[in-house]
Amino acid sequence: MSILLTEDTRALVQGITGSEGSFHTRQMIEYNTNVVAGVTPGKGGLKFDDKIPVFNTVAEAVQATHANASVIFVPPPFAADAIMEAADAGLGLIICITEGIPAMDMVKVYEYISDKDTHLIGPNCPGVISPGIGKMGIMPGFIHKQGHVGVISRSGTLTYEAVGQLTGRGIGQSTCIGIGGDPVIGTRFIDALKLFKEDEDTHAVVMIGEIGGTAEEEAAAWIKDNFDKPVISFIAGQTAPPGRRMGHAGAIISGGKGTAAEKMKILEAAGIHVCKSPADIGIMVEKALG
Amino acid sequence: MKIHEYQAKEILRKYNVPVPVGYVAFTVEEAVQAAKKLPTEIAVVKAQIHAGGRGKGGGVKIAKNVQQVEQLARQMLGMTLVTHQTGAEGKTVHKLLIEQGIDIERELYLGMVLDRASSRFVMMASTEGGVEIEKVAAETPEKILKEWVDPRVGLQAFQARKLAFGLGLEGKQVANAVKFMLALHEAFMANDCSLAEINPLVVTKQGEVLALDAKINFDDSALYRHPNLRELRDLDEEQPLEVEASKYNLNYIKLDGNVGCMVNGAGLAMSTMDIIKLSGGDPANFLDVGGSANVDTVRNGFKIILSDPNVKAILINIFGGIVRCDRVAQGVIEAVKSIDVNVPLVIRLEGTNAKEAAVMLRESDMDFTVASTLKDAAEKVVKVLKN
Repeated sequence: MSILLTEDTRALVQGITGSEGSFHTRQMIEYNTNVVAGVTPGKGGLKFDDKIPVFNTVAEAVQATHANASVIFVPPPFAADAIMEAADAGLGLIICITEGIPAMDMVKVYEYISDKDTHLIGPNCPGVISPGIGKMGIMPGFIHKQGHVGVISRSGTLTYEAVGQLTGRGIGQSTCIGIGGDPVIGTRFIDALKLFKEDEDTHAVVMIGEIGGTAEEEAAAWIKDNFDKPVISFIAGQTAPPGRRMGHAGAIISGGKGTAAEKMKILEAAGIHVCKSPADIGIMVEKALG
Repeated sequence: MKIHEYQAKEILRKYNVPVPVGYVAFTVEEAVQAAKKLPTEIAVVKAQIHAGGRGKGGGVKIAKNVQQVEQLARQMLGMTLVTHQTGAEGKTVHKLLIEQGIDIERELYLGMVLDRASSRFVMMASTEGGVEIEKVAAETPEKILKEWVDPRVGLQAFQARKLAFGLGLEGKQVANAVKFMLALHEAFMANDCSLAEINPLVVTKQGEVLALDAKINFDDSALYRHPNLRELRDLDEEQPLEVEASKYNLNYIKLDGNVGCMVNGAGLAMSTMDIIKLSGGDPANFLDVGGSANVDTVRNGFKIILSDPNVKAILINIFGGIVRCDRVAQGVIEAVKSIDVNVPLVIRLEGTNAKEAAVMLRESDMDFTVASTLKDAAEKVVKVLKN
């Protein structure tokens, strides 16, 4: 089946009337996602494309439509506020696509949602797709195929590359989660792995990391003790120079820490199938599934 | 974004973080005038470049009097300073910080940074001042004291006291250190810093606590709300091609190899560099053309990549999601018409409308190699280099 985005998901879009929000809302609907509402402050009462009701606040939207998940396309200065509004309204899944939210805002958001029963995905991520069920995000739906491999990734297009390799080999996916390329994100590898552990229909997990931070190392330690399904991993940035931010705000080797080589070594030691080449992700999964 | 030491100290001064008296000088004459204004006869002449290890590289010198300041300024302005952080080519010194001499009793370390593991800011202190903190962290981690900042209330005085006593400070040193730490925290938060490092933090013979050196980085994502900080950017300190690329909103980082790459998405761009290396080539750059790869972005991307004389071949790797491959193909075809791409080109377009794109490329009269997979693309670009 899938995690996070399931048959029960009733999605709302924050920033539905913006150019990004409206474009991707149409794409999500085309992929048969159950989009029930939109929120844009000041535009309450409108109907998006004559069918999706727009509300001024998330709370109103939830009350009227029983939405239980949100995807956020709000510009960086207002995105932290949008996440907190969604959490306050009790949404169990909040996916923030926005890139460029100040780290200080995200530190506050992280604290704010810590005692709320919600999964924040992102920010700075492509979103979540459960092939065959729906997508909340900006990924191209057609490259995916329903199946039994979970994907967790800090990247966007690299995730599409990995999914393309899987689908090309006839291997479908249960749910693909872009957890985001920022230094402060809501759901981390371990959080997503815990959900995949409980999902009987997920038989293996692809974990795509990159330089910077220690999230992959922490995941490796957790996997070793807690996770029995095969994990196939690739770490981007083997050739990245130290001290430089490689596009993503969180992709930086600082003080000799967070290198690809170090991460790959630790993942391998934890029994994870580590691909040296990004071209080998598909074939490694095929082998691991046997 | 990085700034110079003198700029960092000006910011700290505004928030009542004690720093030595000092003035920036762009010329020998200004250096002499600066030295005359200092409260001490002894002056420290410090080269201002965006790199650490300046002392060891000969970029920090002590002058006994104004005459020596003049001599040192003459030597240092315009010199190329090489440190372990500048690379072998070094950096040219365009400005100096002329500071008062300090009676140092102890050299300590104080830093503030985002702790990604806890998603909180952390203040770190250590008795090992003047040494690289990464070295201390690797060899004697127990010597680094940490206090995490609760985002709801900020750094509290008791936390600063814990650090101060932990450093072995006594008497009025403690009160001064606490004041210093709270003020540093305020400066950090108010300016959306991503890093503040006071190394060394010195205790003077008189019991004062002040920042002998200061390094501050800002969170690029927060600069929109600090227009005044944006002005502190020093283009002289950045790679000229990277400055040029930033004008086009392209995310470009120059490397030493000869295979230029143009990719959409940061993760895929890094992976493309990685697979070029694995295939026996050497990437010349990181270039993420982002989610809207159109004619202009592709043309500008070509311009930047081709400005690097080391580039002997170019690999374009686009995985179309939102960005449609036929648009990118159109961009490539038009860009090649308007600029002279004088090196072999390998193109791989995958994802949305990849088939249409392939037809367009085939029907154009361009000279290039089409690749199907990521691996195929890397192998082909390495192969054209060898021929």
